[in-house]
Amino acid sequence: MNQQTAQIDAHSAPNHERSPGQPVNHNEDANHALSIRVRDLNLWYGNNQALKNINIDIYQKNVTALIGPSGCGKSTFLRCLNRMNDLIRSVRVQGLVEMDGRDVNDAKMDEVALRRRVGMVFQKPNPFPKSIYENIAYAPRMHDLVSRKAEQDELVEQALRDAGLWNEVKDKLQEPGTSLSGGQQQRLCIARAIAVKPDVILMDEPTSALDPISTATIEDLMDKLKKQFTIITVTHNMQQAARVADYTAFFHLGEMIEYNDTRMMFSNPHTKKAEDYITGRYG
Amino acid sequence: MSQSFDEITAQLKRRHRKSARLKWMSMGALILAATFLVVFIGDMLVKGLPAFQQAQIQVEVSYTEQSMQIPPAAVSDEARSLVSRGYLRLIPGRMRDNPELMGTTRMEWVLADSEVDQYLKGHYTRLSESHKRAVDRLKEAGRAELKFNTRFFTSGDSKMPELAGIASAAVGTVLTLIVTMAVCFPIGVMTAVYLEEFAPDNRLTQIIEININNLAAVPSILFGLLGLAIYINFFGVPRSTPLVGGLTLALMTLPVIIIATRTALRSVPDTIRQAAFGVGCSRWQVVRDHVLPLSLPGIMTGSIIGLAQAMGETAPLIIIGMVAFIPDVSTSFSNAATVMPAQIFTWAGEPERAFTEKTAGGILVLLAVLISLNACAVWMRKKFERRW
Amino acid sequence: MQTNQIFLLFCGVLLALGLAAFFMARAKATRTRASGTAMYAQPDQYAWFSVLITAGPAVLVSAVGAFAMLLLGAEIPTLYLLASSLAIAAIGLLLGLKQVRPDFHARQAIERVIQGILAAAAMVSIITTLGILLSIVFEAVRFFQMQSFWEFITGTIWNPGASFLAAAGRGDEAGSAAQFGSVPLFVGTFIITLIAMMVAIPVGLFSAIYMAEFAPDRIRTLAKPVLEVLAGIPTVVYGFFAAITVAPIVVDIAGVLGLDASYSNALAPGLVMGIMIIPFISSLSDDVITAVPDSMRQGSLALGMTKAETIKSVVLPASLPGIISASLLAVSRALGETMIVVMAAGMRPNLTANPLEDMTTVTVRIVAALTGDQEFESAETLSAFALGLVLFVVTLALNMVSVIMIRRFREKYRSNNL
Repeated sequence: MNQQTAQIDAHSAPNHERSPGQPVNHNEDANHALSIRVRDLNLWYGNNQALKNINIDIYQKNVTALIGPSGCGKSTFLRCLNRMNDLIRSVRVQGLVEMDGRDVNDAKMDEVALRRRVGMVFQKPNPFPKSIYENIAYAPRMHDLVSRKAEQDELVEQALRDAGLWNEVKDKLQEPGTSLSGGQQQRLCIARAIAVKPDVILMDEPTSALDPISTATIEDLMDKLKKQFTIITVTHNMQQAARVADYTAFFHLGEMIEYNDTRMMFSNPHTKKAEDYITGRYG
Repeated sequence: MSQSFDEITAQLKRRHRKSARLKWMSMGALILAATFLVVFIGDMLVKGLPAFQQAQIQVEVSYTEQSMQIPPAAVSDEARSLVSRGYLRLIPGRMRDNPELMGTTRMEWVLADSEVDQYLKGHYTRLSESHKRAVDRLKEAGRAELKFNTRFFTSGDSKMPELAGIASAAVGTVLTLIVTMAVCFPIGVMTAVYLEEFAPDNRLTQIIEININNLAAVPSILFGLLGLAIYINFFGVPRSTPLVGGLTLALMTLPVIIIATRTALRSVPDTIRQAAFGVGCSRWQVVRDHVLPLSLPGIMTGSIIGLAQAMGETAPLIIIGMVAFIPDVSTSFSNAATVMPAQIFTWAGEPERAFTEKTAGGILVLLAVLISLNACAVWMRKKFERRW
Repeated sequence: MQTNQIFLLFCGVLLALGLAAFFMARAKATRTRASGTAMYAQPDQYAWFSVLITAGPAVLVSAVGAFAMLLLGAEIPTLYLLASSLAIAAIGLLLGLKQVRPDFHARQAIERVIQGILAAAAMVSIITTLGILLSIVFEAVRFFQMQSFWEFITGTIWNPGASFLAAAGRGDEAGSAAQFGSVPLFVGTFIITLIAMMVAIPVGLFSAIYMAEFAPDRIRTLAKPVLEVLAGIPTVVYGFFAAITVAPIVVDIAGVLGLDASYSNALAPGLVMGIMIIPFISSLSDDVITAVPDSMRQGSLALGMTKAETIKSVVLPASLPGIISASLLAVSRALGETMIVVMAAGMRPNLTANPLEDMTTVTVRIVAALTGDQEFESAETLSAFALGLVLFVVTLALNMVSVIMIRRFREKYRSNNL
């Protein structure tokens, strides 16, 4: 372990003074307004510590990819950002997750309000057992984002267009969401998430259940959507991270090992572990 | 572009209130259901517990020639209407059995009339004022008190509430259930084994499966019609007997046992079957030596639950005449008999208040047996439960 | 000879033959094997095969003979029957011993016989259903030969009082002819079922929602068995509770409100039946609600929905087929429920919609018709089978629909898991 740390130290030749949580190298093309600031985040499942001292600054209107071997805590971390971990009874969280100047784990923070601003797309597409139209219109209507039918129609159409699904489904809006193909279902779920106009969209391995063509479609979509939304995606697939992400964070055994500009991460990783992972030595 | 946390939180207030309302409503429903149960059991206890006590009074009994002829003469005029007529009727018989009693006069604790019993328990009674005063005097003298009612557990039905007991019904229940289990346990287990382990996946198997599910949902009274039309009228099985009752209940319990056994068989992992086939066992040997022993606890649990269900069933038995008046305990499968729930039904129809108490007392006994059976099933399931 | 003596003799000889078959076959197989011949099966298997072929046909023949004698009145002298079945047993023994050959698959033969026995057991359930159906249909047809079917379905007066006089050939002595218009019975059944459902569906469904969505594990593990106790209470006990405790309370409350209620009002059995049915609805609904995949809930919560909104808009619609199916089963249960209504509802066929009046149900009339003193052939007794037929058809249909719905529900969530 000590040897490892020593190696990391040997690698890090800091060209500028870095506060914890900032990427090693900055991506010149990326936007750098702060979206979510995470400091000293620890998480336990019962007595198992799943996240250890995570520090990360996530910037707005970028795609940030979280990579790492399975069981490294990247999905758990993602779920901390909109408090989906609250649904698991044995989970205990410590540390700061700050958004818009507010600690999201604060007792006064309403997790329902948080989730409105931090949407989520899941690994397996999970459309509701309703029509395609209702899948999208349901949440905005509940949130009073629309008041008239015409407005609602417009919103549904916009969300489906943004998700690149409109042309495929415009003639069958009343059919059940489950009648679509897997890739279409996943885009429906993305449309559903963007229809409530969140700031951040969390994507938990959104393409792992899909075929390569659908995967490519969704990757293109992420690229388009980052103009409007902050996207944080967990992925198993390093090529995907390299293709879509502006920044990439590498997780291992509950720790965040490296947070870096994606290009730098894949060409010249800062830490030994990240290098080993990226070159396929484990994972 | 998007709203701040404070704006959203403010909008959410109303929705959170609604959400809390659903939680409280649903919790209320559960509490309501539990309250029903508590009220129900409390009501039965209040009504039924007194049945386990019976009033007895101490009177002077003179065994004379006259009381041999006219039994009521054995007790004083004052006590005559307070003593159970059922008790008086037994005096000549006792004198015949014990000749040494003749000519003696003894102070004895004897069974009181049911009206006295109700009076002592503080219930409404038809007792006249003078009789009430007489009972009060006896009570003050320590000559009238409530004692544990052993008769309730040892004697059969009677038209006099103070004499009525559940023994004949209890024996009838046991006999009936013996027939039921003797028929439906082997058939049920064999059917389940066939469907789970042997049956080819064809049309007939599907029909049998659908049919079993339907049979489980057929109203129980229709089994009574079946019993009446087929067993009694067609096969000539004697009416009102444990035999016909047991056969009828067997058909009713069959689906319960089949479904429970199938679940138990299914819970045995296929790896065990494959391992047994792998060492050259035939299908039947696999079932006999491996699958059945492993699923036996599940089968037993299901059978106990089926047994409890059959024990509480009344409607089909009424149809086949098992509501007979059975004063004596009979241990034959082909004599007229009654069962506990049918006895409860009969007593519930009697107008006397004392019978209401007996009914509730019988219900308490029945519930105690059923709850212990179910507890036994739960215990077995816990003890033998296996995770594969 | 007495029947039981013959029976004992038969059993004794058969037992002896069976034992002989077992040991002789085993000895022969062991000898064959000892002589170095390879055999297809174990000696014990040959032995068991011999026992089966000795006893099986003999028992079958004697059973068929006894059946024919008892039921069809065939005149077969019992001794002949005894002798012939024992002779068959002896032939079986010889055949069995002859089959102890190295090239005979005794094990497979046993397997086939056992499989046949198991399949025969499985047929019992089919025979039972057929038995119910045939016995009911047969008697119901006899009823409809006496009474008009149309009158039965549409008539509004149920007055079987005079029918037994007519059956006794004294029909003209009765003041009026018997009438079998079953509409009041169906209406009564329907109203009591409706009351029961109005209690059971909300309480059961909300309890299920609480247990599946809100309750901590500790309460859930406690509440489930408590509700099951409600289902385990015998119906006769509920009937007593309805008649002795609930009905007077209903009358008292109606009195306070200035209403007039009968002591055998329809409300009391309806309410108590509702209580009885709560656990059916709650446990089935709980099952289907927990079967709704968690990804649905998470999908909704991640959109910023509250828990209640998620339940109402996503979980309940998804589990609706299961809930409807549970409710249909409950309705079928309520329609066929007998003891509660026999003990607490009225006997008087009364065409009314007022639940405070007494009314009667199909099951009450079935019981009344079959526990009276009438001859079996009387129209009143047979009317019970006509009513039973209606009950059977309706509950069967409800059950079928329910099974189909729950199957759809299951398939849907299996296929949706991609």
